[in-house]
Amino acid sequence: MIEGAKWKRWVFFYIPLTAFVVSLLFPFYWMAVTTVRPDSELYRPWMAPNYAPFWTTRPTLEHVRGLLEETLFSTWMWNTMFIAIVSTIISLFCGLLAGYALSRLKFRFAGSLGTGIFVTYLVPQTLLFIPLADIIRNFKLGDSPWALILTYPTFLIPFCTWLLMGYFKAIPRELEECARIDGASRWKAMVYIIFPIAVPGILSAGIFAFTLSWNEFIYALVFISSPTQKTVPVGVTSELIRGDVFYWGQLMAGALLGSIPVAFVYSFFVEHYVAGLTGSVKG
Amino acid sequence: MAPVHIRQLNKKFDEVHAVNNVNLEIHDQEFVVLVGPSGCGKTTTLRMVAGLESITSGEVLIGDKVVNDLAPMDRDIAMVFQNYALYPHMSVYDNMAFGLKMRKFDRGEIAKRVQEAAGILGIESLLKRKPRQLSGGQRQRVALGRAIVRHPQVFLFDEPLSNLDAKLRVQMRVEIKKLHDRLGTTAIYVTHDQVEAMTLGDRVVVMKDGFVQQVGEPLELYNTPANRFVAGFIGSPAMNFADVKVSEANGALWAANEGMRIKVPAQIAARLNRYAGKDCVLGVRPEDLRIATSADPPDLNIDAEVEVVEQLGSEVLLDVKVGPTTMVAAVEPTVRAKIRDRLRLAVNPERLHFFDTASEAAI
Repeated sequence: MIEGAKWKRWVFFYIPLTAFVVSLLFPFYWMAVTTVRPDSELYRPWMAPNYAPFWTTRPTLEHVRGLLEETLFSTWMWNTMFIAIVSTIISLFCGLLAGYALSRLKFRFAGSLGTGIFVTYLVPQTLLFIPLADIIRNFKLGDSPWALILTYPTFLIPFCTWLLMGYFKAIPRELEECARIDGASRWKAMVYIIFPIAVPGILSAGIFAFTLSWNEFIYALVFISSPTQKTVPVGVTSELIRGDVFYWGQLMAGALLGSIPVAFVYSFFVEHYVAGLTGSVKG
Repeated sequence: MAPVHIRQLNKKFDEVHAVNNVNLEIHDQEFVVLVGPSGCGKTTTLRMVAGLESITSGEVLIGDKVVNDLAPMDRDIAMVFQNYALYPHMSVYDNMAFGLKMRKFDRGEIAKRVQEAAGILGIESLLKRKPRQLSGGQRQRVALGRAIVRHPQVFLFDEPLSNLDAKLRVQMRVEIKKLHDRLGTTAIYVTHDQVEAMTLGDRVVVMKDGFVQQVGEPLELYNTPANRFVAGFIGSPAMNFADVKVSEANGALWAANEGMRIKVPAQIAARLNRYAGKDCVLGVRPEDLRIATSADPPDLNIDAEVEVVEQLGSEVLLDVKVGPTTMVAAVEPTVRAKIRDRLRLAVNPERLHFFDTASEAAI
């Protein structure tokens, strides 16, 4: 909090804060308001006498209905959900074991292996999709959810591994040593002591992995072609823009509904998530 | 309860030889303290006994069983760590019960043992709390409780009091001592604090740079240190050292430098004979120096100039300059000395120590 005169608090705190909040939330507001705006208002020229871009007097759910009934949106939602959940589970599982091994076990090349995994995360997807497309074709996985479930972990596993590695490193080694003296094998010490303490870290990694695969665009665009197999980001942008006609109401409804699961996941775990990122382990 | 034997124990970390040929026979029910400055190998030795560190060469026996290749869980030991290592997601009860649960004790037995241990340590009222709701002293009690519920063969303590404040440390020290008297379990205790070592140990092992310097009862280390390092490490304030030249005159040996000339008493002279005409190191503890009176023989006196006066209440510590060296004298609290006062100090002749300059071994 800023100390001192009231005007200082306004100038250095409230006004900048309001500006940030407004500019961050405005796109979402625009998305929401466009979703419920009837077509007659949407396509009204801006010189029209009753032009009101920031609100609507006659809200309608017509676009949402159209989206759900006339398009494959609900199929896309299920596809995205399935792909995001399965690839998150795969990546979390691998990331947990790899992160634990790299942070705790002493073996040759542990350090360089850790760095190597990080470097693979740095390779941009926009380059990687070219060789991956070839691999997907050779395995005859094109146009199926498995194409994405198997390619998303290529960037999710390094990410989860690194996040969890840092988290495991912050957990005092003695806890595990004590458990092993107390009668636990390394595996049991991991399951009963380390993983429960690492829950905030595991949740953060899971949320991140889920969000990244939910929002992923380029692999989904390249590897999936039939409309029934598409994910939300690809489906909305490819199927709701027909030719040069933008169905703004449905586009925005799709974007709005598509972001609900992610918003839900975040709000649900936000406390753990913050604890995970700041890596706080209380002895 | 079991004896612990450590034979020719070595540990090498790449280039560093952390523990060098350590041999120790720890008797059943004995409380042995490993003490030394950081990096002396005491914790590594303890961790090898625990099975947390692999053994480069040598043997560790608990009871009559070689445990080199046993997992920590199979060695029947309990360990208390410096940072308590309480499981933060478990209640105090679950922390203490964890080891028993892992060993498949039945619920009734677990509850009985936890209650019993909690009773001994006075933490019955804390059993439902989480570790983060406890103070440092309470946490350390829980850590002790977790160790004693299992009734192990050996307790291992790795600097358990270092994270506590000075007052609590003294209090917990007494409790650990009482606990050992009551349970009689063999204990190995690692510390860098020589006061803890002296007060807790039946025997004390002084280590430096991976080597054992001396093993003995506390007073043995204090009275007859094996070398200059042990002499300087045990005792507070530390022993004073001065480089002196030994010479023979008037049928007696004399130790002298620019600041002092002391007649070596006969019983020490026998050992010091072969150093006649050579250099050696004289050691005298601060508590063996006092203000000289006219009754003191002048050939056991030292001329000194006061540099610092430290009032402790029960005694006064005088930092004095004796020739080229600085010494500390612990004198009666009634002594009123001021900076730059010139004093005569008398040494206690039976309590002089001499060390070889090169090997630093006691003469």
